[in-house]
Amino acid sequence: MNDKYAGTPLGERELNRGKIFVNSYTPKLHYQWDTGEGIGRYLGELKRGRLIARRCDGCQRILIPPRMFCERCFRPTDEWIYVNDTGKVLTFSLCYVTWNVRRLKQPLIPAVIEIDGASAGMGILHLLKKVPPKKVRVGMRVRAVWRPPAERRGSITDILYWRPATEERE
Amino acid sequence: MIGAGMTRFMHRALETPKELAWHAANAALASSQLKLKQIDCVVLGTAPDAFDGVHMKSEYLADGCGGRGKPFLRCYVGGGTGVYAVAQAYFQVASGMFDTALVVCEEKMSSCQPHPQAAFLTIFDPITEQPLKPNLLWIFALEQTRYMETYGITIEEIARVAVKNKRNALNHPAAQLAAELTVEDVLGSEIMAWPVHRLMVSPTSDGAAAIVIAAEEVARRVSDKPIWIQGIGWSLDSAYWTNRDLAYPEYVEKAAWMAYDMAGVKEPRKEIHFAEPYDPFAYKELHHLEGLQLAPKGQAPRLLADGVFERDGDLPVTPSGGLLGVGNPIAAAGMMKICELFWQTRGEAGKRQLPGKPERGVAQAWGDLMQVGTVVVMGTKKPD
Amino acid sequence: MSERVAIIGIGFVPLQPATPRHSFKEMVFEVAQKAYADAGISFEEIDSFVTCAEDFNEGISIFDEYTPDQLGCRQKPMHTLTQDGLHGIADALMQIRAGVADIVVVEAHSKASNIITPDWLLDYALDPVYNRPLGFNPHALAALEMNRFIDQTGITASQCADVVVKNRLNARDNPLAAYALKTNRSTVDSSPYVSYPLHEEELAKYADGCVVIVVANEATAKKVVNQPVWILGAGFANDSPTIESRCWGQAEYARYAAQSAFLQAGIKSVDDIDFFEVDDTYAYKELQHLIALGLYDEPVEAGRATESGETRRDGKTPVNVSGGALGMGLPLEAHGLYRILELVLQVRGQAGERQLSRAKIGVAQSWRGVPTTSGAVVIVGSEAPRG
Repeated sequence: MNDKYAGTPLGERELNRGKIFVNSYTPKLHYQWDTGEGIGRYLGELKRGRLIARRCDGCQRILIPPRMFCERCFRPTDEWIYVNDTGKVLTFSLCYVTWNVRRLKQPLIPAVIEIDGASAGMGILHLLKKVPPKKVRVGMRVRAVWRPPAERRGSITDILYWRPATEERE
Repeated sequence: MIGAGMTRFMHRALETPKELAWHAANAALASSQLKLKQIDCVVLGTAPDAFDGVHMKSEYLADGCGGRGKPFLRCYVGGGTGVYAVAQAYFQVASGMFDTALVVCEEKMSSCQPHPQAAFLTIFDPITEQPLKPNLLWIFALEQTRYMETYGITIEEIARVAVKNKRNALNHPAAQLAAELTVEDVLGSEIMAWPVHRLMVSPTSDGAAAIVIAAEEVARRVSDKPIWIQGIGWSLDSAYWTNRDLAYPEYVEKAAWMAYDMAGVKEPRKEIHFAEPYDPFAYKELHHLEGLQLAPKGQAPRLLADGVFERDGDLPVTPSGGLLGVGNPIAAAGMMKICELFWQTRGEAGKRQLPGKPERGVAQAWGDLMQVGTVVVMGTKKPD
Repeated sequence: MSERVAIIGIGFVPLQPATPRHSFKEMVFEVAQKAYADAGISFEEIDSFVTCAEDFNEGISIFDEYTPDQLGCRQKPMHTLTQDGLHGIADALMQIRAGVADIVVVEAHSKASNIITPDWLLDYALDPVYNRPLGFNPHALAALEMNRFIDQTGITASQCADVVVKNRLNARDNPLAAYALKTNRSTVDSSPYVSYPLHEEELAKYADGCVVIVVANEATAKKVVNQPVWILGAGFANDSPTIESRCWGQAEYARYAAQSAFLQAGIKSVDDIDFFEVDDTYAYKELQHLIALGLYDEPVEAGRATESGETRRDGKTPVNVSGGALGMGLPLEAHGLYRILELVLQVRGQAGERQLSRAKIGVAQSWRGVPTTSGAVVIVGSEAPRG
């Protein structure tokens, strides 16, 4: 059926039988990215158990992850603003496959969480836990669960996960 | 456009990246009736180097694409590349610097071990996102949830896209994933990342596709049925995707209007006869149709259910079988859609040929972190 | 179309071995602001944007994702080229001539300091089946070529060393340079071999930096305060990437690109060019590129011209007055943009201590480094092209 188009499909069996020449290479590519002022401060505050944002006086948005320039106004942002470690689920998923394609029994629950104190729609990517997957809803209120201070490294994973907030207000 | 060609799309090909590129380029040249020495410049479109496993992949592929001894460059907008490469070649020729261009798109994803999916980890922000070990499925699932939630769309409505496209692909000789399925089959496949089921996702593929474009004087001399590039558009949105509402692809709308304005299209729903939107996931086709102004916001599922987008419908969508049916070697997949526009408007689409005489179609690709829209409008009438 | 196109604004930072205070986005934002201010335009007036970058140089796949915000591009046409910055300039020229855009911004930057394993990165660019398994340091490819080059042309290894001396000396008058040094032939000649016959001191060292260039059509160029610097011609080309079947010893990609650029510019004789900024990633490359650009009747003259001082700042044919990559540093894909930056500064009369008295027409040439045979040539001038 397929003689009009070039291409020789291979199946896993042919490879596993050793009938196809293969050569392999493991690259050694290591990087150390400069975080810069904006993300540098973000990570520093995460280590202290706080979320921080930047405000742009041009559009009045409070931006998280914080950045030293506003991409809408194209001007430097103006002020550091602490925001809350509570928020609202803007969207979520239940993921049964890891990044390297292993199957999971219990799903990971990635979500975009709108952060209280930042502008509307201003979300960050993180994970939800301690909630039955079937109970997760768009609009659900959540709060961050932090690593113990001694274990924090200045990373987004200093927040272990987010869980449903039991109260509406602090 | 005066020639088009492609390889089969396969889960894993025996051919090396250079060989895949060569086959597609060769097929496009043969179809155009030009020889490589008559090609003034070569444009390569290919997505992340991480898959083929070569840094500066463009240089490695240059000879496989026919770029030796020629002006050659590679353009890159993630998944949008396959359609964007046409825009790049268009302005290279329209500038007057070149009369002909060979545009080749290639992807060999299977080289990446243990699974090409894993390479997608590195597209996320290394500091604010990668530590969470995100998965490509996440961003699509997050966007699909938002889309469904905002417009009250059901999972059955989305599953219909996979059914249509995989069925359309039964008539595409190069297809990897053609199948006759029902909505139940699709929803019965395992959940990868809710609400995405396995049969709603295009898996990784190897393949290549290519086209030849020429300036008017050359096209008229060489071809009896040139298809005109009437409009090109591309638009890149902010990288801060978690700060954007994902329910509607504004960047597709911007790119679409740029192309429609250039093509003189004022009422896309009436003036576009068929469409090839990018469909890496089933819901994306619907999402993109709305961005392309071919369906009102949130209404694409209803139109699909009504049969409007079937091959014999009022506005056929993805007659090729798309990424869900033919395969998804990222940049080559977008180019495959361009090839489909070419073949359909020339009446050369074989068993996939649309009824009537479709004169104008739109192809669209998408890429990055829910960020880029790339659009090309092509048709039988030469623009003024 | 013969639409005339000019460079109307430039932004840049000095090249430095490391730039820990800023992320790449912050660096690009700062430079873009400078470029737009220099051009006297608001970011909203820009029609299209081009970044020149490679995923593996950034350490991020689909790096294109992270390009728009810091340039003020939001939902506008923007694409990435995995090419040198000079390819980006050619791209901008073509967009404007095609009528797709009136004002195009071209950006390239380098955070080479963030790459912990640069030689492994070059290894990753080699053919995975035929070349990588041999396990040689990729700089050996340059050494192989250099050996053939000096064998074929009669240029001596010491004349190659003279390039290092000249360029690092030139860099002392360039506040943007990272590796200025008063050195001499014997220091270079006696530095250890990286791979015979290439000495350690003959390799340009990496640097961080960023350049943003604003390119515009004639109508826009006529309205700006700064003197527009006209793009007279732009060419780019590849030779064979396969090392087993390439033309060793000659920079064919540079010759093709130059031919195309010279033809566009209507330049019949290379004597009409006042000064050159060419790639010198490895010292011998400067000579090889000058030969490819057609400066000499016999290739061997390239070595003699360098030795006798013809290509010095006060010489007949100034080459790499900026210091080149050897003197300034090698900023990955921004390399070509630092070359064209020098052309613009010279043509505008803004080159300070380095100012040449005759700087009306200049040529910038770039090469993408081992293992590639890819390069571009851009010619700029103080006067708009005729017709």
